[in-house]
Amino acid sequence: MSKKSISFLLVALLVLSFGGISMAQDSVTLEFSQWWEPELPEGEFRALMDEFEEQNPGITVELISGPYSTTRDQIVAGAATGTMADVVGLDGAWVNDFVRQGSLADLTELMADAEFDDSELAAQIQLNGSTWMIPVVNFVYPVFVNEDLVEAAGIEELPTTRAEFAEAAATLTDVENNVYGWVLPLSMEQPNGIQNDVMSWVWASGGSMMEDGLPNLVDNEDVTSAMVFIKDLYDAGVVAPGSFSMREQDKVEEFTNGRVGMMINTLAHINLIRDRNPDLNFAITALPAVEGYDGPRGLPYASWGIGVAENSEHQAEAWKLVEFLMSAEINSRLSSIANAFPGNVNATPDFVETDELFADAFEVFQTGYLANEFVGLPVAENLMREFNEQFQLYLDGDLEVDEMLANAQEAWMVHFE
Amino acid sequence: MASLSVSTGSKNPPLQKLRRKLVPFAYLSPTLILLTVLMMIPIGTVLYYSLMDNVIITNTPPAFVGISNYLEILSNSEFLQALRNTLILAIASVVAHMILGLMFAMLLNTNVIGPFAKALFRVVYILPWVFTASIIAILWRLLLNPNGVVNYLLLEFGFIAERVEWLSSRDLALGSVTFINIWAGYPFYMVSFLAGLQGISNDLYEAGKIDGANGVQLFRYITLPQLKPILVSLAMLDFIWTTHQFALIWMTTGGGPIRASEVLSTYTYKQAFTSYQFSMAATTAVISLALTTFVAVFYVRHQRANEQ
Repeated sequence: MSKKSISFLLVALLVLSFGGISMAQDSVTLEFSQWWEPELPEGEFRALMDEFEEQNPGITVELISGPYSTTRDQIVAGAATGTMADVVGLDGAWVNDFVRQGSLADLTELMADAEFDDSELAAQIQLNGSTWMIPVVNFVYPVFVNEDLVEAAGIEELPTTRAEFAEAAATLTDVENNVYGWVLPLSMEQPNGIQNDVMSWVWASGGSMMEDGLPNLVDNEDVTSAMVFIKDLYDAGVVAPGSFSMREQDKVEEFTNGRVGMMINTLAHINLIRDRNPDLNFAITALPAVEGYDGPRGLPYASWGIGVAENSEHQAEAWKLVEFLMSAEINSRLSSIANAFPGNVNATPDFVETDELFADAFEVFQTGYLANEFVGLPVAENLMREFNEQFQLYLDGDLEVDEMLANAQEAWMVHFE
Repeated sequence: MASLSVSTGSKNPPLQKLRRKLVPFAYLSPTLILLTVLMMIPIGTVLYYSLMDNVIITNTPPAFVGISNYLEILSNSEFLQALRNTLILAIASVVAHMILGLMFAMLLNTNVIGPFAKALFRVVYILPWVFTASIIAILWRLLLNPNGVVNYLLLEFGFIAERVEWLSSRDLALGSVTFINIWAGYPFYMVSFLAGLQGISNDLYEAGKIDGANGVQLFRYITLPQLKPILVSLAMLDFIWTTHQFALIWMTTGGGPIRASEVLSTYTYKQAFTSYQFSMAATTAVISLALTTFVAVFYVRHQRANEQ
């Protein structure tokens, strides 16, 4: 090969490599950290991402998937080091902390830049007048009732008030046969039982644990009466044993195995329960309210929320992905495969029409309102854990209700100063 | 070796001298770099965080607060309870590991049972060591569940009148996690002791027997002194490992009920990842480091004494 040929080859390679760089610069890879993919049927979420990539040439989505708790730790570590993925799956309980740290992008600005009409969004998690998280799909927590046990106990109507619930729980309890009326998970590892199984009683009767953005536990009749109600159930021996170290998955296990008559649980577990025990007959009903309350019932919920990292260099592209997931069509499909209620008001998941249980749940969802006051609070999980400590002392008889609520209020206020 | 010496041909003696001095450091540099990156920088950073406020998860600038984090944490009743629980867990685990490990090692070293039975017992006894912490936690959560196998057997044989909440009772939770930790850790002792026992010369036992020593005396005056170097090393390492035990406790009780089984590792995790109090978490970590360093110093001294 002559010198000229070699020179030409080298120049050509150089030109091509520059071309390669410029082509590489045109394409964007978005990192999307979430816990959703492992919780969906295999390949379903990736298929949605492939569809997004087809619609948006030049944008590639790299899914960073892991279990819920691992994802949280990853996001915390990413927030601390400024290496957060471009798009992140969020729980409402984490939002306040990340906003205070400045690690989330202001979605209000991104929506305005993209001229996005937010009227289709069912909810937006806002702080300081800006949106930081959008719930993509919602998992509501109604009461699951074991119909076989209910029928065997001679209970004709599902409980709608606290008194009826207490009566049904007592009737269902059969200690000899190891069957209990209700189940209450209060693990310190996963203190979300305080949100889903304890405070939900307050919200179901239209009550609130907050006032003017601050904790309002002391001298709050709604909170006090709910706590006394749960303590009465606990003292009556109608709650399945092992509450203080029980986690949500243990609760589902107890119900699935027919050892518990009623539990408050996410709709996301319907298929899991059916898979584990196909013979189990169960129904869904709204959380009972205090006697005489006829207003709308607050339904505890958990969301798969979405946010964009402040440190992302591709915020506009990241917003395109958010917009894609929130579109009526994609949101319907995601809700359908996740067995969740949509975050887009115009989306309708398939299961509402094909599954009787989900249809009942949808009715409960439509007649009530989503209530989870821990969403957006600072160190929300820690608030649950601090309340849990006091609540366990109360259930154990070491504290009176007022004392317990005063201690919890004092512990909480530190985080609001 | 001559080729390794510095021979640059330089006629400048001070420069040559300096180069000669630097050569050993050049050889050590890979290790020194690794030690710096993997040990000194992280430890230094944690130490720095423990003297600051507003670090990591915050958008306000960090502030130097001196030893006030230490003063605050050392007067915190929750931290002191976690420290007390850690010591109970570590001491009980070390003692029980030692007794069980030695018992099983002697059983496997005896001539009373045949080779097949020995091989079988070896496999069975080593099983807990094979499982990961998460598997052990799940296994024991199922076993110690109020509706679990343990309660079933105890009820059937009349040892208890009603189901016991092993992991949910404030009185039993720490004991239960200690028991699980003992179960998970004894095979390491067993294997180490077995290796030690197999290294003791039979001549010593035969001489003892000729002198009229009985089984207990042989154990006390031959076996134990021969195993002492292994025993002390294992106890110190085990103490350090147990004080760092996190996964097992987190996945069984989460430090609860209330704070009944809270240990330093779970306390630190909560401070860092649920309260975002990274300064306080760093302070706890430094105190924990000091505690284990204290034991580690004894360990190194003991090793040196053995070498001499």
